[in-house]
Amino acid sequence: MTTAKTPTGELLLSLRGISKNFGAVSALTDIELDVHAGEVVALVGDNGAGKSTLVKVLAGVHQPTSGNISYRGKPVSLSSPAAALELGIATVFQDLALCENLDVVANIFLGQELNPFRLDEVAMEVRAWTLLNELAARIPSVREPIASLSGGQRQTVAIARSLLLNPQIIMLDEPTAALGVAQTAEVLNLVERVRDKGLGVIMISHNMADVRAVADRIVVLRLGRNNGVFTPEASNQELVGAITGATDNAVSRRESRIAEEAL
Amino acid sequence: MSEPKKPTLDRADARVTHASGIGGTISAFIDQVKSGDLGALPVIVGLVIIWTVFTILNPIFLSPNNLVNMLFDCSTTGVIALGIVCVLMLGEIDLSVGSMSGVGSTIIGVLWVNAGVPLPLAILAAIIAGAIIGSIYATLRNRLGMPSFVSTLSGLLALLGLQLYLLGATGSINLPYSSNMVNFGQLLIMPAVVSYALCLLPGLVMLVVGLQTNAKRRAANLSAGSSTGLAIKAALTTIGLVGVIFYLNLGRGVPWMFALFVALVLIMNYAFTRTQWGRSMKAVGGNAEAARRAGINVRGIYVSAFVLCSSFAALGGVMSSARLASASQQAGTGDVNLNAIAAAVIGGTSLFGGRGTAFSALLGIIVIQSIANGLTLLNLSSSLRYMITGGVLAIAVIVDSLARQSRVSHGRA
Ligand SMILES: Nc1ncnc2c1ncn2[C@@H]1O[C@H](COP(=O)(O)OP(=O)(O)OP(=O)(O)O)[C@@H](O)[C@H]1O
Ligand SMILES: [Mg+2]
Repeated sequence: MTTAKTPTGELLLSLRGISKNFGAVSALTDIELDVHAGEVVALVGDNGAGKSTLVKVLAGVHQPTSGNISYRGKPVSLSSPAAALELGIATVFQDLALCENLDVVANIFLGQELNPFRLDEVAMEVRAWTLLNELAARIPSVREPIASLSGGQRQTVAIARSLLLNPQIIMLDEPTAALGVAQTAEVLNLVERVRDKGLGVIMISHNMADVRAVADRIVVLRLGRNNGVFTPEASNQELVGAITGATDNAVSRRESRIAEEAL
Repeated sequence: MSEPKKPTLDRADARVTHASGIGGTISAFIDQVKSGDLGALPVIVGLVIIWTVFTILNPIFLSPNNLVNMLFDCSTTGVIALGIVCVLMLGEIDLSVGSMSGVGSTIIGVLWVNAGVPLPLAILAAIIAGAIIGSIYATLRNRLGMPSFVSTLSGLLALLGLQLYLLGATGSINLPYSSNMVNFGQLLIMPAVVSYALCLLPGLVMLVVGLQTNAKRRAANLSAGSSTGLAIKAALTTIGLVGVIFYLNLGRGVPWMFALFVALVLIMNYAFTRTQWGRSMKAVGGNAEAARRAGINVRGIYVSAFVLCSSFAALGGVMSSARLASASQQAGTGDVNLNAIAAAVIGGTSLFGGRGTAFSALLGIIVIQSIANGLTLLNLSSSLRYMITGGVLAIAVIVDSLARQSRVSHGRA
């Protein structure tokens, strides 16, 4: 197992011993995770490994069964999504969590409307277009209900929404799963941009090429447990091994390779 | 008109056809209706049919004074329907609004007539009683996950019991005939000048706000509607309203009680469409979990909706005590409950949550009262009236369901 390079930015978020049970299912067991400012942490793992559950714990959607979360060194309890948003933790959920009956502008500004007693629709629409254009969005009209958008367009709206509040940490749960080539590239650009601005990014993806392209560290979850931390330079076999839990480990493969080279 | 070189922010996508000019507006409207976004169209069509039929059967139906009477009757149940819109918006229901209005009217009788409490305080007490009941429903929903149709169904019976208990052995309390309260419910009419002045306001507001918005949108490099179209819309609205007011003034004129109802509708319309609260209501009704994840206080939204609904019901009861000059065991029973709910649905507020307007209470109650009034003029018994109103409600729900299916398949949720 490769040891990841030590990140330099301020420690933003630190999880120790986080567990989450759904009835008899232990979705997460003793998870440890650190996120620093200016760092992209990729969270990878098989289907059902607990990635989305971890993100939801950090977004205040689920309460952990046990464990501690500290934010900028102070212990915090993320008791509700509002609490997480207030701390500056923004999330793009895997299921997107958009209101289909509302239009794009209303969804981007949901809960954060400008001018609560006399909604400033014009300013909101302008800001919505600015955010969407940054993501190279292909959205015909921001005044149509979300229900009329394609899967990728919805994903772009969800990402745009997470940028609205100038968060400290952005969590993206499979943000590029439904995106086209150009839009995927823009999201990866965006991830790099926000990292360079000093934000912490947690990105979940099944696409190893995307993960390698932007991640500073790759955290592997397997069956709800930590299963190693890697650098993007780690070989595919190493990553796949950690993700799938295959018994052949890095050491055995290294040995067989050396043996091959010796021939 | 010259094309701007750089397309405005919201007109960059070439695939979208944008309505331009009058023809564009009309074809956009037809597309919208086809996709199941019916708006007020079914109600207006229905109303035209109902009025035509009743006028043919009995010309008195369309006489100005009959319409004025109808407006008096609309106001009480209409205010209750306005509360129903709030809970329907969340996909919830309140089946106890009839009983709640009965309790409201009883509180006026008991406190004001019997105990001599000043009228404003008695009205306030009735509304607060409504707010308390509403917050109980919301708490049952929030803390225990009790479906609102169950909690309000038990509320229906419990509140009816409370009403009978408060009324005591006599079972009925008469409100003093010469009082302002009863005058308000039966006689008070706006001076013609005032009614004309007020009916100019909507068009004026439409024009001024529309022009302001257009200017603001242009300044922000967004497309803006045409000023001519706006002027035409405002002019048509004003002409229509002046016509209605003129006709009503041929009879007694516009009841103050109806004006109160319309004012409440306008306030709620503003709250639904132009405030963060209204946005949150629609969001919770559309997808409560998404709303929660966006940081909206979903429980607070439920509390606000149930409290508003029961308070409006209590206020409706207060108004009906003035209308009937009594607080009796009959107040709020019979068809009040269903009429209020039917009005909201007929007016176009969806039973499925997430969409609705304050105006649906106004339009819907006019439909309901037209039917009730027309059938009464034909000397038909209430048995037939109930059956017909039930049928109309069924039709409205069918239209709602079909429109919803069509919206889903046209991506309008
Ligand atoms: N609300 C819930 N109730 C019960 N069990 C749940 C709930 N949410 C998740 N789980 C369980 O927790 C485990 C982890 O699920 P999670 O969604 O975190 O997986 P994931 O790593 O995001 O997978 P994928 O790559 O498929 O998105 C699964 O076994 C799932 O069945
Ligand atoms: Mg997941």
